Amino acid sequence: MFESKQVIVLGERDGIAGPAIAACVESAGGHIAYTSTECFV
Amino acid sequence: MDLNSQETIKRLADEHGNEHLLVVLGAPDAESAEIAAETVVLGDPTYAGALAEAQLGLSVYHALEEEFRSQIGDDVWEEQIGIMADVLEAEEISAAVKGMREQAP
Repeated sequence: MFESKQVIVLGERDGIAGPAIAACVESAGGHIAYTSTECFV
Repeated sequence: MDLNSQETIKRLADEHGNEHLLVVLGAPDAESAEIAAETVVLGDPTYAGALAEAQLGLSVYHALEEEFRSQIGDDVWEEQIGIMADVLEAEEISAAVKGMREQAP
């Protein structure tokens, strides 16, 4: 899934935060191009 | 979706090519997951950001989808995502994102 991909992580404060998703992706060998944690209020 | 994120995604698509990008969402419900997925597949539905009318057709998954889950080791998954997987409606969210993925141009 991550091979030869640049991964864009769009986390959300009320869901799953960006750094948590990014840690998963990196643990599986994926390359993170961008991470954010958005907040809708 | 945050306007800064839209600008960054557009730039990354220009730099790397749409087919080399993969988007992973952490939205808390099906509605917000669907809007985020729509933004990177068909363009910003609010016409507010850089992705308005940009049909990038990016590969997009939610972190709770099995396709993503199956790539991650159990220990890391439990540590990073575990609790939220019990709280959020994974089935509804997964269906919403998959439905939008299938509309990719």
